[in-house]
Amino acid sequence: MPAEVIEIDSAKSGETVQAVYEHPWAVRFSHWLNAIALFVMVGSGLQIFRAFPSFGAKIPQKDLLHWPKMFAIGGWLGGALQWHLTFMWIYIATGLFYLGYEIFSGNYRQVLFVPGNVRGVWPMAKHYFFFGPKPPSTEVYNPLQKLAYTSAIVLGALSVLTGLAVWKPIQFSWLAWMMGGFHLARVWHFVVMWAILLFLLGHLVMVVLHGWNNFVSMLTGWKSDPEYRVR
Amino acid sequence: MDEKQFKKLSRRELLKLTPLVALGAFAIPPLREPLLKKGLAFSDWASGKFFRPGHQAETFVDSEVTPFEKFPINDYDVDDPEVNFEKWTLTVSGAVAKPADYTLAQIQALPKTRQNTRHVCVEGWDVIGRFGGTRLSEFLKLIGADPTARFVNFECADDYYESLDMATAMHPQTLLCYEMYDQPLTREHGAPLRLTVPTKIGYKQAKYLTDLKVSHVLERVGYWEDQGYSWFYGL
Repeated sequence: MPAEVIEIDSAKSGETVQAVYEHPWAVRFSHWLNAIALFVMVGSGLQIFRAFPSFGAKIPQKDLLHWPKMFAIGGWLGGALQWHLTFMWIYIATGLFYLGYEIFSGNYRQVLFVPGNVRGVWPMAKHYFFFGPKPPSTEVYNPLQKLAYTSAIVLGALSVLTGLAVWKPIQFSWLAWMMGGFHLARVWHFVVMWAILLFLLGHLVMVVLHGWNNFVSMLTGWKSDPEYRVR
Repeated sequence: MDEKQFKKLSRRELLKLTPLVALGAFAIPPLREPLLKKGLAFSDWASGKFFRPGHQAETFVDSEVTPFEKFPINDYDVDDPEVNFEKWTLTVSGAVAKPADYTLAQIQALPKTRQNTRHVCVEGWDVIGRFGGTRLSEFLKLIGADPTARFVNFECADDYYESLDMATAMHPQTLLCYEMYDQPLTREHGAPLRLTVPTKIGYKQAKYLTDLKVSHVLERVGYWEDQGYSWFYGL
């Protein structure tokens, strides 16, 4: 399913630039909804962790970790749990809505990393990290992007599954068992959060590097003068 | 298409994201509180649906049990509310056929259950303890609890209070516990009688029990619940 393309005529220069409809409404909407939900889940999650910031024996809470108050959502364990147990439904619903849309619209072809993309990862990584030449692209996402976004989606699913194992280790005992027990499920939930934050760091660096038109595309759907050529 | 048309098209697409502004309600304190309460209530409702009366919590062999001295003592007020064991009774009231003051001997005369189960604290830590007592379901039978009642409420010597849904109260691993590690309950662990509910989070497992009331409506939810914790909190 190729993205929709229009030609824009500039009044001043008389030149024509391409604009590509990269992100349908459902994708943009779930992207921003997820961004808000993720912020709340991480902030309240860290506040919950603060009640027992250890993976070993019980240790007293408080004063072991300090972070800016705005990230300590909820203010105390009970408050943080309220945020966490409320926004997890928004987080899950957003994820399901997004996955459903991608699958039924066919839009997943734009983002899903498939075996055929493996070849393209290294040249792209070389370009980004070691000043290699930019590989030519005719797609919205290059292979490295597909790998990153597909990983992020998998991590999102894992954050829900590990969270479910921590929240309901008895009713979902099979999930807790798959993660090596309740104890390790809590560790995995924490690890997955950091993996998501690592993705987010890379994502934000790329957003800054790719400039305004790229950023705007996640708001309006349209990217004018894209870095790739379509048709 | 000229630039002006493209700008108009872009603006229209941007405006389609306005439903997101609704989440701003969480930033407004008078709206935030009821919204978070709704969220918590929804989670509790879902927890009730996830709960399977016949599904048992994992049990452990003796070698996996946490040593007694490493079993943390958590309370909201005092370690020892100085219960007078001589005079202690469990006062039973509400929707029951036989409301009365029950002695520990009467409770201990019921069949005894011993189990090594995990105790999970809301803070995040967990230990495996060895608990002994009588099934709450046995005691509810003894007192002739109304089978259509929905809640079992508890009052404690340290003024703590808690409540259980009937499905959890009837669960075979829910115990009126008077022994830990095959010894009579120590004062810090809730002597002479406490709750052990392996299918629930730690703060639901009230210590130093003094009153039990079977009810159709929930009057006093629980000490921590009134501070903002989840009521059902099934594991």
